[in-house]
Amino acid sequence: MASTIASTPSSSSEAEINRSLTADDKIKLFEQMTRIRRFEQASLKSYNSGKMGGFLHLYIGQESVAVGTISLMQENDHVITAYRDHGHALAVGMGMNECMAELYGKATGCSKGKGGSMHYFAPDKNYWGGHGIVAGQTPLGAGLAFALKYKGLKGCAMCYLGDGAVNQGAYHESLNLAALWSLPVIYVIENNGYSMGTSQKRSSAYQTCLAQRAESYDMEWDLVNGEDMYEVRAKTHIAMERARNECRPAILEIQTYRYQGHSVADANHKKYRSPEEIERYKKHHDPISLWQQCLFDEGVLTEERAKEIDKSAKDEAAAAVKFAEESPFPTVEDITKDVYWEVDNDTERGRTGRHFFN
Amino acid sequence: MRLIEYRDAINEALAEEIERDENVFLLGEEVAQYNGAYKVTRGLWDRYGDKRVIDAPISEAGFIGMGIGASMLGLRPVMELMFWSFAYVAFDQMINNAACVRYMSGGLIHCPIVVRGPANGGTSVGATHSHTPENFVANVPGLKVVSPATAYDAKGLMKSAIRDNDPVYVMENTLLYGEKGEVPEEEYLVPIGSADIKREGSDISLIAHGRCVITCLKAAEILASEHGINAEVVDLRSIRPLDEETILSSVKKTNRAVLVDENKPFCGVSAQICTLIQEQAFDYLDAPILRVNTIDAPAIYSPPMEIEQLPTVKRIIEKVLAIA
Repeated sequence: MASTIASTPSSSSEAEINRSLTADDKIKLFEQMTRIRRFEQASLKSYNSGKMGGFLHLYIGQESVAVGTISLMQENDHVITAYRDHGHALAVGMGMNECMAELYGKATGCSKGKGGSMHYFAPDKNYWGGHGIVAGQTPLGAGLAFALKYKGLKGCAMCYLGDGAVNQGAYHESLNLAALWSLPVIYVIENNGYSMGTSQKRSSAYQTCLAQRAESYDMEWDLVNGEDMYEVRAKTHIAMERARNECRPAILEIQTYRYQGHSVADANHKKYRSPEEIERYKKHHDPISLWQQCLFDEGVLTEERAKEIDKSAKDEAAAAVKFAEESPFPTVEDITKDVYWEVDNDTERGRTGRHFFN
Repeated sequence: MRLIEYRDAINEALAEEIERDENVFLLGEEVAQYNGAYKVTRGLWDRYGDKRVIDAPISEAGFIGMGIGASMLGLRPVMELMFWSFAYVAFDQMINNAACVRYMSGGLIHCPIVVRGPANGGTSVGATHSHTPENFVANVPGLKVVSPATAYDAKGLMKSAIRDNDPVYVMENTLLYGEKGEVPEEEYLVPIGSADIKREGSDISLIAHGRCVITCLKAAEILASEHGINAEVVDLRSIRPLDEETILSSVKKTNRAVLVDENKPFCGVSAQICTLIQEQAFDYLDAPILRVNTIDAPAIYSPPMEIEQLPTVKRIIEKVLAIA
């Protein structure tokens, strides 16, 4: 669990991939994490006022994982994750408006209000979701990597999952295929310590950590301190370069923490862990505060600029709420659109035979 | 016209599509070096090599899910299930991912994947290997499901399935793989969503898909020679999308229908066809619609009893005589 990690900056800051960061790049990382947090806080507020349906799995506390890893993406790199997907969406460049509108179930949402919180997609940004079934995305991640290799493209697929997903069969089948066929996929376990309300120790059998299971598939693995942006980038970069250049998969276990419950509907989230534990993380292990402090120490960021960035993120989230609230809902006619490609594109195939039975 | 086996007709379809489109590849258990558990892919690995014809470990959830992921990036995987019964370990991938990802992404993604293999009883392999899940699959918007009865349709539908931009699940039949049928040398497609009249008749419509079409054709011959009843046999070929016009025009002509399918009766394909006819051709019916299904129990092993459990010529004739 992440509580064993010290919060001192690592030597990863000296890694080439981090030394090449400009001051602006570093501030951008801070800005992205701040935007994610403000977006999540705004969505929580709207959820609590009854504006949204279903689940809301918040990413607050884990921002350095999505932002740090996705900051390393190149043209042919792809991303796929599970249902805690808002952070990755904003990190790949999706807009707050379309993301917030999706939560509101509006036609202007990134999935036209058809997917909801757990199902964000942006294929134009190499972002393949947003998947609701625990570990259901892990074979798809292998498939993205398979397609890259098949097409002869130099790239990799980053497939994120939670620590609660590591005991699903589909994940182990994916690991076997990834290693067997040398697929350029990196499984990124975002270990926030809890599989919904069940702690890691009560849900998983392991030796030193979950990523170590890679050894049984003859696969590379690494354990990463998620509160250290430099370490996240340095270690992920190694895995990505290995995948791109040698078509070899890996498992990265990035230790992190979520402040909120599994979802907002998780009524017990202060029972299966103590309020003191949550406070300790917020106070000593918050990835945004730590990165901010690091940039202060480096003289890259001033307190004033940090405040501006935060205010701007807050304003952007508020504007997204306004956009979502003012947007129209999809119509009853929209329910049967986006089911079949051939029907949507009015092809001869789409016009042959009855597709819907209403 | 030349006669070739059903399995070889599919084999030709796969080979032609591999040659036509570089994104088409085959993947499944024993499809490559072993030449296919049912020899459907015989010779294709020799001809097209490791990239296009790939042996998978016994890992259906993994490799079918992987194929779905690859299809999102534009590949056109043709995945073989040794039995459709094995799909059940991959259902999360086949239903939640392949069928729903287009919808959940608001139309941004599509999955041009084909999953094919045999789905039938009648080979004494017990309940776990004898499922016919076309009704389960047809229940899922976003999926297409076809079930060819002849070599001609098996080839033409397979080529259409591979070119389709939506997921198409093809249910074949181990008892048909060795059946020969007329297949032209020249290229052709059979459109998905188009039924076929396999025997013209005027007195009653026998509506079926898959191997039950063959059973209906046998029943129709006996009905004609022994009972003076001229039955029409409608082969659905495609379950979803469904060719309603052909079904309805046949029933409107014959005014009677017996529906035959290997699904279990409860919520089987014939239940849907029954609803269709009563909704849209009620006034044309001179008798209740009757159905012949697999007897409602898990597939029995005992070989002579399994023959009785599946739709038989005898049961079809009994139902026809009850209303004609």
